[in-house]
Amino acid sequence: MTAISNHRFVPNDPPRLVATPPLLRAQGLVKHYGRITAVQDVSLEVYPGEVLGVVGESGSGKSSVLRLLNLEEPADAGTYTLELPGWQGQNLLRLERFQQREVQILHIGIVYQNPHLGLRMRYTSSGNVAERLLITGERRYSTLRAAARASLATSEFPLDRMDDPPRILSGGMQQRVQLARAIALRPRLLLLDEPTTGLDVSVQAMVLDTLKRLQRELHLAIVIVSHDLGVIRTLADRVIVMRHGRVVETGLTDQVLEDPQDAYTQQLVHAKL
Amino acid sequence: MSLLHVEHYSKRFYIDHLQREIAVFADLHFTLEAGQFLLVSGPNGMGKSTLLRCLYRTYRPAAGRAWYASRRGPIDLARAADVDMALLRREELGFVTQFLRPRPRVSARELVAEPLLAAGCPWSEALPRAEAMLATFGLKPALWSAYPATFSGGEQQRVNLARALVHPCRLLLLDEPTASLDAAARASLTERLAQLKAQGVAMIGVFHYPQEVRPLLDGEIKLAGTADPAQMEVEHVVE
Repeated sequence: MTAISNHRFVPNDPPRLVATPPLLRAQGLVKHYGRITAVQDVSLEVYPGEVLGVVGESGSGKSSVLRLLNLEEPADAGTYTLELPGWQGQNLLRLERFQQREVQILHIGIVYQNPHLGLRMRYTSSGNVAERLLITGERRYSTLRAAARASLATSEFPLDRMDDPPRILSGGMQQRVQLARAIALRPRLLLLDEPTTGLDVSVQAMVLDTLKRLQRELHLAIVIVSHDLGVIRTLADRVIVMRHGRVVETGLTDQVLEDPQDAYTQQLVHAKL
Repeated sequence: MSLLHVEHYSKRFYIDHLQREIAVFADLHFTLEAGQFLLVSGPNGMGKSTLLRCLYRTYRPAAGRAWYASRRGPIDLARAADVDMALLRREELGFVTQFLRPRPRVSARELVAEPLLAAGCPWSEALPRAEAMLATFGLKPALWSAYPATFSGGEQQRVNLARALVHPCRLLLLDEPTASLDAAARASLTERLAQLKAQGVAMIGVFHYPQEVRPLLDGEIKLAGTADPAQMEVEHVVE
């Protein structure tokens, strides 16, 4: 936050009414790619059942933050904890790779903008979803099949196409397969990286509606990265604004969009058509 | 303790590309008890809507305190953590705006049911309550399953009122809720506000034509003066 901000509005107190601890707590995240600093001292918290939006222009570091939260890449500094049985208080960034893998598979779901990153395009759609259960050791065909069907139905995927491979599906349906795969093991945390970017507007609206319903029914904590402020307004309770790898502003979604305090956020919000 | 006690409340906007601050109101004081209804009055541009938004925290107040006696304990709305504000908005604070924000492919009925679903109410209960609320504000049943993006201004505002009032709250902020409504819908709204007041809901409202709600009012927050804070006067009357 910039130095001027303290003079322009009343600063926030720590939470007093919310009794549960945050599900996700990240502090001082840093990530370099060679000489480039992609993420610089980023801290964030997400409470159970809450949607946190991450906005900023291309190259601001928002997708890098998501990859760190998904334990996909090593961080250069910082702490990251999830309030999960058996893992409380442990810095997930410092775990052995096989332990990180366990947390990632059991407790974190992710949907990428590019379905090729999240799906095997030539497997069946149901197989893509069942694979998540296979990893945990489930081998009974009927159980795998039923679980895939249930998750695809929850994602509002048309079940008559559950055995089609993603490569012949539309963009909206591919995102629903990714979503079904992400929630197959009922994670506590769902990470969304531009989940509706590139879909046409009416398909986008339906996918957003599914996400909203899922979040409510499964009481998921969600972190959604998007450059689309309309998507963020629809889904997010709170927002962090990133620029050059840093968080420049944080607040309630309507406040950040309607009364932005930071100079960059003001530009970003006013650039919306 | 009063339901809401506001002291030294001030708002100014800093606009970076103009490199200047715009003062809206300063040093505002008032108190509100459960079941009381305060009108915010004053000429255009004096910050009537801004005051409501600063209490709901769509805008960040520049200074002051707004002590609110929430069910979970007293809290200052000016500096409450964002997650606490989000919780209060789900459970206790209501805001009625002038405009509905329709979403593509979401029916009138679903938009109205949403605040109930967000508060943990099951579909089977939320749906009839949403429909009852749409009926209260006189939206034709044929439109309940339709998408409000294509509705007229008056129809959209009926959906908006139903959505804002379907979930019981303790402090209700009303920002020109009667704009674009016909006489019958305005009467339904007044009747609903009278019921809420009788149930102990506290209200603060901005009304372009306040005569309809006049019998419900307990006092007035008068915003007057110029945008120059040095000359701004704020007067508050509670009878």
